Amino acid sequence: MTATPLAVAVASLFSPDPAIWAHLAEHVLPRVLVNTLWLVLAVSALTAVIGASLAWLTAACEFPGRRFFNWALLLPLAVPGYVLAFALAGLFEYTGTVQTALRDAFGDGAGLPGLGARAASIVTLTLALFPYVYLISRHAFATQGVRGLEVAQSVGMTPAQGFRRVALPMARPWVAAGVALVAMETLADFGTVSVFNYDTFTTAIYQAWFSLFSLDAALQLASVLVLLVAVAVVTERRFRGRARFEAVGSGGGRRRLHLAPRAAWLATGYCSLVFLVAFLLPVLQLVAWTVQTFAAEFDPRYLAFAGRSVFLGLAAALVIVTLALLLAYAVRMRPEPLAAGFARAATLGYAIPGAVLAVGFFVAVVGLGDGITAAARALLGPGTAPVVLTGTVVTMLLAYAARFLAVGHGPVESAMQRIRPSLDDAARGMGVAGLRLLGRVHVPILGTGIATAALLVFVDVMKELPITLMTRPFGWDTLSVRVFQLTSEGHWERASVSALSIVLVGLIPVLLLNRRSG
Amino acid sequence: MKFTERLRTTACIITGAALAAACGGGEPESAAPDQAGTAPAAADRVVVYSARAEHLIKPIFDRYTEETGVEVAYTTDKEQPLIQRLLAEGENTDADMLLTVDAGNLWYAAEQGVLRPIESQVLEQNVPDNLQDPQNRWFALSVRARTIVYSTERVDPRNLSGYAELADDEWQDRLCLRTSKKVYNQSLVAMLIARHGEERTEEIVRGWVDNLATDVFSNDTKLMEAILAGQCDVGVVNTYYFGRLQKERGTDLAMPMALHWPSGETGGVHINVSGGGVTKHAPRPEAAVALLEWLSSPAAQEMFAGLNLEFPANPAVPADPLVAAWGEFEASDMPVAQAGELQAAAVKLMDRAGYR
Repeated sequence: MTATPLAVAVASLFSPDPAIWAHLAEHVLPRVLVNTLWLVLAVSALTAVIGASLAWLTAACEFPGRRFFNWALLLPLAVPGYVLAFALAGLFEYTGTVQTALRDAFGDGAGLPGLGARAASIVTLTLALFPYVYLISRHAFATQGVRGLEVAQSVGMTPAQGFRRVALPMARPWVAAGVALVAMETLADFGTVSVFNYDTFTTAIYQAWFSLFSLDAALQLASVLVLLVAVAVVTERRFRGRARFEAVGSGGGRRRLHLAPRAAWLATGYCSLVFLVAFLLPVLQLVAWTVQTFAAEFDPRYLAFAGRSVFLGLAAALVIVTLALLLAYAVRMRPEPLAAGFARAATLGYAIPGAVLAVGFFVAVVGLGDGITAAARALLGPGTAPVVLTGTVVTMLLAYAARFLAVGHGPVESAMQRIRPSLDDAARGMGVAGLRLLGRVHVPILGTGIATAALLVFVDVMKELPITLMTRPFGWDTLSVRVFQLTSEGHWERASVSALSIVLVGLIPVLLLNRRSG
Repeated sequence: MKFTERLRTTACIITGAALAAACGGGEPESAAPDQAGTAPAAADRVVVYSARAEHLIKPIFDRYTEETGVEVAYTTDKEQPLIQRLLAEGENTDADMLLTVDAGNLWYAAEQGVLRPIESQVLEQNVPDNLQDPQNRWFALSVRARTIVYSTERVDPRNLSGYAELADDEWQDRLCLRTSKKVYNQSLVAMLIARHGEERTEEIVRGWVDNLATDVFSNDTKLMEAILAGQCDVGVVNTYYFGRLQKERGTDLAMPMALHWPSGETGGVHINVSGGGVTKHAPRPEAAVALLEWLSSPAAQEMFAGLNLEFPANPAVPADPLVAAWGEFEASDMPVAQAGELQAAAVKLMDRAGYR
């Protein structure tokens, strides 16, 4: 199912348009490839460092404010990347709040140095995406126990060395799962980079389609992108090799490392800084814009927008987590390369720009409906009404599944690796096997992994645009659709009412998850 | 809508068991396509795919429903996904009308065969020839001008002439432009190609790039804010963004910024349109034509253009007072459809010239 949009994209490879390719190859691709590489490598590296270090601090250490940051650092998840980009630009650009204030105070010469499109895109995407790594690896650090660290201390390592040489290597699959999501999300991003006019592979795809009117060329570029991602994924797997990451007992309970006062305050400062820039400041900017535009923008329809956003997020989370569980379970039961490869392929859709995936999916679904119609007419006579599968919530959910399976699969799969195979053997010895093994033994243990997956899917669906736009039933506008309506006409300030609503609704599952994990 | 009906619709939407017979088929207008010719003319519903944003169309559709009793169902998306959607749905589409922004997109929709030619006295009368498809597959409903904006504090308007002259050395490090990814700039360059040819146009665009005061902007409003903040002195924007800024600031906060209209000698002011057409496989074509005719009529035109501070396509209708205050201008005589034909060439040219 998730392969259909991929198949539509790959099929396009057989009808290349030489004129457009020659132009792209000479004037566009060299630059966007360099840009894209910079972006993906820098954002992956930075989110890995920031996400993993914050996760370790809040999960394994004790410092002032730890309980607050433990959940507060998840909040940036609820802010769509393109909204964060616009809010940060509104704060820090030449015409933004900060620089205008500086000029007013110190004269026309005052100001901040411009970051440039590349740095601005890297910083914004890092701030928007580090919570993926943070959320997924925090779970790893919280469950690996402090024994390893105690051993490290007993041989004379400092806490920082213990983190680098013991805790981090033990958490590698989780960090890698988070970074893989970040890398794919970065590749597929269009909204954030277009705020800063940073040209990437994705903007080239949109240029081919929207400006050069060649959907074929766009699909061809998209399939090249998918190939690159497939290579990257396989490499990461090879790199990880045969290492196993089962928990070293559940020992040590929830004891945490007490940092020395100076280190503890450094930790507090670091967490505060990230929280401030990634969440508090941009949200305050949104609040300021909301105050200006609320009277003109807000109307009772907002309740319906929010209701649909929540409904779609919940339904998609349910569907996708179920699929992810089945997929991870299938690979666990039959760990041969074919099954694993299939599971990988099923999650590649995440790296395709949303609008391209939406079209691929739409074409496939319409084709299916036409096929059924033809069959029905052959059987029941030519007057039979056509079967229309598009414009239904079920189609929408399937499209979300095609796009976000990777988001659900990552956390579930890496949590599943924590379960020792001996547990399966024991269960089988007691006659529990097949789906009952999954349902009665794995699912209860996977609790936090499942909750993590569900949370990520929920907020991602709330923020999603192209698929929602293309597959929604008539009148099914959501909060993100409302953001689109206004931003497509340049009404960014007015759009902050719906953007802020997305953030507020996104907070609910974050808080629930926090209560769950204590 | 009656509760039971609503329940049925909701059930259909959610279950996805959207067999047209079970869900939509009860309504008289959605007869199978092979019977469309015999469908009742007086449809009580018309379906629109719109790339024009919701807040710019909903008030107008609401009024149409009020006046005629015909319900307008619409969905919004970007232009290209909507066109692909129509192509994919083919003869099973439920859409009667495509509303979109930019002549290039209208041209492309017609090229792809998703629109049908229509014969309408009313439309011919209301919409000037250069603002409609020669084969009557689409008609403009509003006109937007893309013109030069300048700081009244730092620029003497006598030094301004046409778009091409913005490449002159005089504007070194003083020019602001929006990204070339935006279709408005692609149409503008397409117009320059039509007038000057590719070679000369590439020189002009290279001159623009050399004159840039800072990186290109992601939207027109930011560009104008940069002029106000002193980052640059002159730029090119769609006039309704200027109008919107004027409106937001109010009259007592007059901006040190004004519009300049390139004269007819330099090729005139670049205009673009938003417009619509009837889809090729419209299940309710008569209802769609009726809506399109109504949209081109004086009462609707005033509102359609006014909501977005654009110029009405119907020359009999006066523009909003705020818009009219910008003065008369001479529009480029290039038929707007030509922008579509030259768009790909314009995009490639801008890539070559290093205009991001």
